[in-house]
Formats: sequence, structure tokens, C-alpha cells
Amino acid sequence: MIVGQREPRVDGYDKATGRTKYYEDRMPANALYVRIKHAEKAHAIVRSIDISAAAAIPGVVKVLTCFDVPNLPFATAGHPWSMDPGHRDTADRLLLNRHVRYWGDDVAVVIAENEVAANQGVRALKVDYEELPFVLDAQEAMKDGAPQLHDGFPNNILKHTQNIKGDYQEAIKEPGLIKVEGWYDTPTVQHAHIENFGCFAYMENGRIVVVASTQIPHIIRRIVAQAVGRPWGDIEIIKPYIGGGFGNKQDALYEPLCAWCTTQVGGRPVRIDCSREETFVSNRVRHAIRYHIISWVRKDGTIAARKVDLYSNQGAYASHGHSIAAKGLNAIPQKYPCPAYEGNAWTVYTNRPAAGAMRGYGMPQANYADEANIDDCAKAVGIDPWEFRKLNIMPKGFHDPFSGNTNYYDTYRECMAKGAEIMDYERKRKEYGHDTGNIRRGIGLATFWYNTAVYPISLETSSNRMQLNLDGTVTMQCGETEIGQGADTAYAQMTAEAIGLKSYKDVHVISCQDTDITPTGTGAYASRQTYVAGFSIRQTADLLKEKILKRAQSLTRQMPYNMDIVDGNIIRREDKMVLMSLQELAMTAQYDTVNSEHITAESTYTIRNNAYSFGCTFAEVEVDIAMCKAQVTRILNVHDCGKLINPALAEAQVHGGQSMAIGYGLSEQLIFDEKTGKPLNNNLLDYKLSTFMDHPRLEAAFIENPEPTSPFGTKSLGEPPACSPAPAIRNAILHATGVAIDRLPINPHVLFAELSKAGLIHDSWLDKEEK
Amino acid sequence: MYDMKALYEAESVQHAIQLRLEHPEAQIIAGGSDVLVQMREGKRAGKELISIYMIDAMRGVSIDEDENIRIGSLTSFSHITRDPIIQKYINVLGEAVDQVGSPQIRNIGTIGGNTCNGVTSADSASTLHAWEAIVELTGVNGVRRLPIKDFYIKAGVVDIRADEGEIQTAILIPKVSYENTFGHYIKYGMRNAMEIASLGCSVNVRLSDDKQTIDRCRIAYGVAGPVPMRAPSAEAVANGSALTEDMVNEFSLAVLSDINPRDSWRASKAFRQHIAVEMAKRALIESIHRAGGEIK
Amino acid sequence: MSQYKVVHCNINGKDVERMVDVRASLTDMLRNEYHLTSVKKGCEVGECGACNVLINGEAFNSCIYLAVWAEGKTILTLEGLEGPNGELSDIQQAFIDETAIQCGFCTPGFIMTAAEILNSGKEYSDEELRKLLSGHLCRCTGYENIFRAVKKTMLKRLEAAKA
Repeated sequence: MIVGQREPRVDGYDKATGRTKYYEDRMPANALYVRIKHAEKAHAIVRSIDISAAAAIPGVVKVLTCFDVPNLPFATAGHPWSMDPGHRDTADRLLLNRHVRYWGDDVAVVIAENEVAANQGVRALKVDYEELPFVLDAQEAMKDGAPQLHDGFPNNILKHTQNIKGDYQEAIKEPGLIKVEGWYDTPTVQHAHIENFGCFAYMENGRIVVVASTQIPHIIRRIVAQAVGRPWGDIEIIKPYIGGGFGNKQDALYEPLCAWCTTQVGGRPVRIDCSREETFVSNRVRHAIRYHIISWVRKDGTIAARKVDLYSNQGAYASHGHSIAAKGLNAIPQKYPCPAYEGNAWTVYTNRPAAGAMRGYGMPQANYADEANIDDCAKAVGIDPWEFRKLNIMPKGFHDPFSGNTNYYDTYRECMAKGAEIMDYERKRKEYGHDTGNIRRGIGLATFWYNTAVYPISLETSSNRMQLNLDGTVTMQCGETEIGQGADTAYAQMTAEAIGLKSYKDVHVISCQDTDITPTGTGAYASRQTYVAGFSIRQTADLLKEKILKRAQSLTRQMPYNMDIVDGNIIRREDKMVLMSLQELAMTAQYDTVNSEHITAESTYTIRNNAYSFGCTFAEVEVDIAMCKAQVTRILNVHDCGKLINPALAEAQVHGGQSMAIGYGLSEQLIFDEKTGKPLNNNLLDYKLSTFMDHPRLEAAFIENPEPTSPFGTKSLGEPPACSPAPAIRNAILHATGVAIDRLPINPHVLFAELSKAGLIHDSWLDKEEK
Repeated sequence: MYDMKALYEAESVQHAIQLRLEHPEAQIIAGGSDVLVQMREGKRAGKELISIYMIDAMRGVSIDEDENIRIGSLTSFSHITRDPIIQKYINVLGEAVDQVGSPQIRNIGTIGGNTCNGVTSADSASTLHAWEAIVELTGVNGVRRLPIKDFYIKAGVVDIRADEGEIQTAILIPKVSYENTFGHYIKYGMRNAMEIASLGCSVNVRLSDDKQTIDRCRIAYGVAGPVPMRAPSAEAVANGSALTEDMVNEFSLAVLSDINPRDSWRASKAFRQHIAVEMAKRALIESIHRAGGEIK
Repeated sequence: MSQYKVVHCNINGKDVERMVDVRASLTDMLRNEYHLTSVKKGCEVGECGACNVLINGEAFNSCIYLAVWAEGKTILTLEGLEGPNGELSDIQQAFIDETAIQCGFCTPGFIMTAAEILNSGKEYSDEELRKLLSGHLCRCTGYENIFRAVKKTMLKRLEAAKA
């Protein structure tokens, strides 16, 4: 077995020696610097831009403004194209925008021979704005009379959808129901991958080449073509190794602008390197979503009905739009099914940075609200939160008709039971929660719902090419990208296993995608890589194997079905006798002077499946009441993501998600000045990403129920780990202090306010001041 | 590449003074962890810099003829923390500067830079106030020494006479401050590393020989006002008092008469006041323990 | 008007000199003049740690270190840790073995700080190790496996030193 082993990463050596080439390491020495002028208004119309001072700076080659760009509105979301015009993303931005819709919007660029001149040029631009009123809050933006961001979207509503099940109004009439209601607020946060976004572009033989730090090269080709108004075939996108993406790079960021800039300087190479400050504000962020949940609970602990309204803050441009809100809206009634559900989701434009995809795609928000409310329900009826969840969670056999997903196993209960055992939950639940001193301990849990890939909402396709090398190894390439998660290693393991090679080291995965060369795939998102690529890997491996065995037939006079490939050798099935090695076969086939054959296989698999991927988090906290600090002292995620392809990489994925979610729970938040709309903390000092000292040990455990729809029994793990830690921490704080905190992040400011409100903090001098 | 008009590199203190007089508009750069960041932001873009970083004579910790502890202004935070003299006499300073930013920042950041930029959040500043440090400035007219509290004029402005070519050359901790004195520094941040202090509190005490009363107590804050500040009302409560819980509580509440934190997006005034009281309490308790006292 | 200066230093064991623009950061010099691209840029203000290198044995964020300050210094980048034939040092191997690498962008900086820690020959507590490593941000690993890699290598070296 090669699949299922803890193998080191295929790119480990290069990364451990610093040789791995990211976009900037491939930079042409003569690339011109493109620096962007970002608006310093939250909402305005650009009246004019005086470029004279900027253009006069030595080294400045060209200044281009929002008055120069083609009038070709384009959509940026990294979604597969749809042949159905009604199913396409909203095309609501230009390369540079006269209508400034957030503080940081792009209004002009300076192209210069060096960085200093480009920066000086940007500072020298004089922009004359007609200021407009702005709005930062989604619900405020929906009100009549609120500032309007885009034509054709009254009350700034990008989209509203409903999910209705049963008769909510009727169901709540049942006598004896306990109403548990809450408003749950989540913040704007950012991906903060350590490599900022960047790209460079140049022209070659009249076509535009863009080398970009992206997760989705094939999709970017389409968007660049649309934005600059050229045939798709005119564009070549090259994706080298990237320093993390987490969804931010599942969007067209500045690839279109960069591509256009090279056409404006005669095809010379141009580079756009986002600073950290730009990455925080002028790329994408996670949607801040406010949930309003009303649950009606029976005394026996079952849920009779739920009403969920959610308001998703889209920011200035549609990007991934309503997909994020809709995912939450539709997940909640699946995870805790009840007879009556009435849900509404609104995605609303505001004058904040555009929100797009981010690890978890709406589920960290939904799970926070849902799991907070579920703990509140358990408390209201006096049932232990674990018991309450066991009672109400999606049962085995649950089937969702829309996605076709089935809960084949009693996954949730298995995961929770395993977590409870590892954490010694029952003992701690009794022991903690009674502290009366300054330090209070608590333990809490939360579950999460996730799925795998985007079927049936969008196209799911994966293509794959395999080539038998003359040494018997196999070179493989596909459009599903390595973005740090370890996809290439998983592919190598799956490919080796599917063909029958001796080791995953006998597979050479071409990590870099080039849309001129790489078979079409849509890229890294939706936790789809391993699952989706698995189909085309299995299919293409079968094709390659068929070709190999057919060739072997001509060389060995054995029938193909009597042969197999094991450990890199052609064997006779019956007695396992080695007939020849793959190397011998490849050499003989290639150098056959009569019938030479270069053995390759390529295929596309259209995936018409999805797969549930479930689990939970247990968290222990210590709250220092007087210091208003909550510290996570232990955290465990339990996942059922099917069979693990590589347990070492799987654990590492979980750690990363937990870390991001601890930040989400306790510290991360992009803050905007209410008076101006200006972002206040768009740097790594003031934006509180978790450091090495903000984590306890991170623990991961798995339930490996094989996924029946997957050729390798696997399903999603990329995003799920980030979905449940924040509510588990919130619920642990509730256990420790008795205070239910319904907004993230639960940082010292929030703790100070909430603990004061609850009477746990009492600053006597404030009483005097009031008198 | 920094947007810098010119760089003048000083090879000695005298050379630095001369460069300062020659280029009055130029900004002094020591370790650069603040100046270069501001230059990149555009605040100081296009400016001239005088680098004093290569003047090794301004590095190191020693005890001078008057038994003051003398810290060369270019001594990095990590070298202060590891220095045996600091560890022996004023370990709290080593602990305070060991909480600046990150390990790499502590290798480049200097105590001179930390004080000369005049910011209230500097981790060294509250401890230097609490230990009544003396700032040594060297200019064309020779050496000038002044108490650290007088060195800070207002937010971002310190008493350095550029027109006299002055640079800060050392920080001195007088013997009278450190002798037989024990202290504790608490930094309040929103995370446990890579933080700018939301509030910093440094306390030190000298106990009576029988360890029953506080002979002398000093407390100072960073970020409790526009510049680092002492809390004299609290000190008055502690000075001469017995080591009781009531005294500790009274002491910590008394800081409210002295400090003047403001509302900002980083923290509200009410929050800072709340934390200031709690930090005073904890820092005093720990200082007393370190001095060998026991609170009754 | 541009201002240049010859900077002499020792980089990865070799004495070198190069005419450098005085406005350059050490990151600029190492990447552009010496093609040492393990030195990464993540924030350019000394917050992320991706550009970390050892200068005279101590860890520095090279983005906020002027190139001219390298005069007379001994600089070690990740390229200098491997052997002449590409042999990995123990800490590099440990990063691979413990799955401490994901996107790889923070890795060079982390390994160089780890090298400084390990070169001290001291035994640190878990808490101390975390503090010593806290000048690097990583968004992929949650630091968990990085911690394991450094601790494991520290214990191995201590064991070897005893033997």
C-alpha cells in the first residue's frame, strides 16, 4: 500500500533548502514596476487625476488611470465558467475604477523602471474626488436611503435566497417550547498567507503571459481574457509554487490589471507585487456575517423549529458573492435537522473591501452562530451540550436531495465520542465550570458541516496526463494545484497506487501549471483537490495501464487480463511471476524501430458527486477574569474525511486550520474607522494573527470511514479544520464563566465588555464617576 | 529599496555629531526598526539618514566609576537581556526588553532608539522611568545628562538638541535606584508575542531590612498617557507601608489618580484603566515576592 | 543622484564584495546581487520573519537591515546550511521528517532562527522554545510540527554532545 502511508512531501527537499521558486524568484530582471494608487476615500467618484508631477519623476515610464481602462466589466470569482448566463458571477468592476467603492479601491497605476520611482509616482498623483456617503454595515446598507454602490442592486442587495422546510409559524405553536434566540456576529478577517499576492506579465509572439501567485490558473486565463478583451487563447497563465492562498488567490486579483499594463508598454515585462498592507485591504477578505437564530426547543431536548436570518457583508464588489451566505443557510438545517426551518440569507454590498473565498467558505461563520445557539439551547433545557448534540445531530442515512449527499455512517456521533474520550470530556465537564476565583476553566465542543467540491452548483471536472518515462517512472500533471497543502504528494501516492508502481517517488508530479501545457483543471478550492483529482487519476491510470499491458501483450504473448502491474513490474496474475519491468517495457516500446510508442494517457473526468465531510472540535480554555484574557489550553479536532491518503499531511492540514480558527475565535479582525471607512490595522503587527505563543499543542484525530463515491475512499480536509474551533472556544468560555459571547473575536476588549455586563468584573471607580 | 535621499555613515560619536551639524535635516538611524518602517510607509520618504549603527563604541553594558550601570545606546535588547550586569542588578529591565516585538527585533532594536523615538509604548521606557534612569547625550558642547522623565517632552518628541549635534550615547541607572531593589514588568498585549504594548507597567520596591515594610516603591507606565509616566500617588501609598493586601489594593487603585489613558481603536480608556489597576497589583505583589517579602 | 558603496562581507562561508546602492535593504542585496532567493519577502517591515538570516550568528529580519551594515559581517542564509553536495543539515531534515513544511514560504526564515537556537547548544524548555521561535508567522502549519522539528533536533544534538 502506498496510499495511507505517512510519506514525506515530494517538494520537501526544495522547500527545506529554499530552492523552491515562487513568482518573484522567476522575475525577469528587466521587469517594470507597476504600483497602484489606492483611493483614500470609502465612497467617491473620481473627478480627475493630475498625473503631471508623477509623470515627471525620473524613471517613471507611464501613468495610467481609471479614465484609460477599457470599459469591460468583469467578474473575479474563481468559479468555473457556466454556459448558462444566469449562473455566472456578477461582472461589476473595471481594471481601474472611477466609482470608488471602498478605501483602497484602485484608481490609477504608475509604471516605472524601479520601485522607488514607482512609489514616488503614486504619492505624486493628485486625485480629485467627489465624496459620497458610505456604509460599512450590511444591515445598514439594506435600509432605504442608504448609499448605493452598484446600479441594478436596490438596497445594495446582491442576492437574497430562502430555505424553507415545513411550516415554521405552525410549528412554533406547539405548547411548551422554549425559545432560544441570539444575534451572532463574525468579523472581517483576512487570509494572511505569508507570501503576498504578486504576478508579472509580458508579451510573447503577440500573446500575453502572466506568471501569478494563484490557486486557479485555468480560471484566471478566462478572466484575464474577459477583462482585457482578447480571445482566451491569447492568454497563457503560469502558476509556480505559491506561498499559501487560503481562498484569497481563488480570485482574479491583479492578474488582469498586470496583463493590461504589459500591453500598454509594448509588451515589456511588468510586475505587480502587493505589499502586506495592500494584501489586507485590496485583495479579498472573509465575509463578516451576522446571524440571527431563533430555536424552539422541547423540554426533552429535541428541536421543533428554527428560524435563521443572515446578513453577509459583501464589501464593494461581488467576487464570490452569495455563494458564501447560501452555503451557511443551507448547511444549518442539514446538520441539525428539525421539522420546521425558515431561513433567509442576504448578501449585501457595503463600502468595505471585497469579500471572497476564504478557507471554510462561509462555514466558520455559520458554524460559529449555529454552534453557539446550540450550546445556548442545551443550557436552556439543562442538558449537557454533548448529549444535546447527540440528540439532534444529523443521523446516519440522512440524505440531501440537492447535492445527492448521504451520511453513510454515524459520523458525527463517532467523531464526538472519540473526541470526548481523548479529552476526558465528561470528567472535565463536571470538574470545570465551578471555579469562583480569577482563573476559570472550561471545556466546550462544536461540530461542523462541510462538503467536498462544488457539484452540483458548478462544473466539477478534472483532467490528467500521465507519461511513462523510459526508466519506468511516471510523470503526471493536472490542473489541480499545489498551494502548500500537499496535493502533489497525495497525487504521487494515488498515481503510484493506481498504476502499480513501487513507490510514490516513482511519480514525478509537474507542480507548475501552465495553461498552454497543463490539462484543464479548475484549481485549488472547495477542498476538492484530492477527491476530484482522484477520479481522473484513477481513470487516467487505468488508461495508461491498459496501454502498458497492451504493449506487454505484444512483447510477452500474455493476454492483458492475465497481467497486472505490481511494484513497477509487469506480472502474470496467476503465479505473480515478473514478466518484465516497466523500464524494460518503456525502453523496448520507445526504441522499437518498426513500431515506436511513447506511452501516455490523458483523460477528463466529469465528477457528478459530492461528499459530506464532518467532524468536531473540543477546546479547553482558561479565562483570566481580571486580565480579560482567554487562553486555549488544549484543542482537538476529530475529522471523518474518509480514508487518509497521507496521515502526516492530514494532521498538518488540521493544525493549520485550527491555528487559523483560534485566531478567528480570539484575536483576528480587520478594523475600519467608522468616521472615514479607512482600514486601521492592515499590517501584521496590528492585525492579530496567532503567533507561536498563542497556541497550545494542536491535536488531530480521525475516523476513517471510507467515502463510497471516491475512487480512493477520501473526501475533503482542506477547509473543514477551520470551521469548528472558534465556536468550541466560545462554548468553553461559556462553560468556564457562564457568559455567552455572541461576537467574534473574543479578544480582551470583548471580554472586558461582556464580563463587566455579566457582573464578573466590577470597576468600583466607574460607579463614582457615574454619580 | 528604500526611498532615501542620502545616507551618511558615522564612524564615531564625534563623526556623528559632525554629520548632524552638517545635515540638520537628516534623521538619525540606529537599528532602524522604526525609522526604516516609517520611511517605507512614506512618512520619512525622500529624507536623508545619518546611520550610527556601526559605532561599536556605543554598545555594551558596564559599571562606571560612580557605580552607575551604563548601557550604551546602541546595545540591542537581546544583549541587554543576556548581560550579566543587567541580570545581577536590574533583571527586570532585561525582562522588559525581552518582551519587545520578536526575537529578531530584539536583535536589531536598541535601547537608544526605543527611547529616542519618544513613544509611550516602548517596553524599556516604563522600566527606565521606574528606575529613574539618566539619559546621556553627547553633542558639540560635550556631555549632557538628564533624568529620563525630563527627556520625554511630549508624544514623539524628546529633548535632543539637534542644533548642538547631540546624539544619545548612553542610559545610566544610578546606584541609588538599583541597589537592593527588586522589580517586575508586565506587558499587556492582545497576543503573546509580536506585540506593541496596550499598556506596560513596571514596579520596583526596596524593603526594610526586616522585610516588613516597603522603604521605597516606584511604579511607571507606558501607554497610560502620551509619554511614559510615573504614578506618584500610588508610590505614596506604598512608601513606608506594611506589606498587606489592603495596601496592595489601595496602591493599585491610587494609580487612577495619576494615569491618563485615552480612548483609541487599540483600546478604550475604561479598558486601559481596568487593566492598569490589575497590572499595578500584580506587578507590586511579584516585586515584593522577589524582594523576599510576604504579603499578609 | 544615486549613491553606491562597496560592501565587503562573508556570505555563506565565502568572502565577497559588491557595489551596492545605499538605499538597498539586506534582503535586496541578498536576493538581487547574490541570488539567494531563500530570503523571502512577506511584509518588509520586520513582522513576518520570512527574510530572516543570521548575521554574526544572530537572527535578523534582513528587510529592515541596511545592506551597507553588512560591511565586515558574517552572513548565513539557508543556502549556507546545506553541505557542498546538497546534503541537508539535521534541522532541514527534521523539517521534512516532521511535516513542518507546507507552502514553504516561511520555512527558510524559521530554519535560520532554529539554527541560531540549536547553535547555542543549550537545552530549552518548551515554553522557551516557543518564545525563541515567536518572531515568525506561519499560516499553514499552526507551528505545531515546526515546534516538533526544532525540539527533536535540539534533543538529538544534546544527546550527541553527551555521547
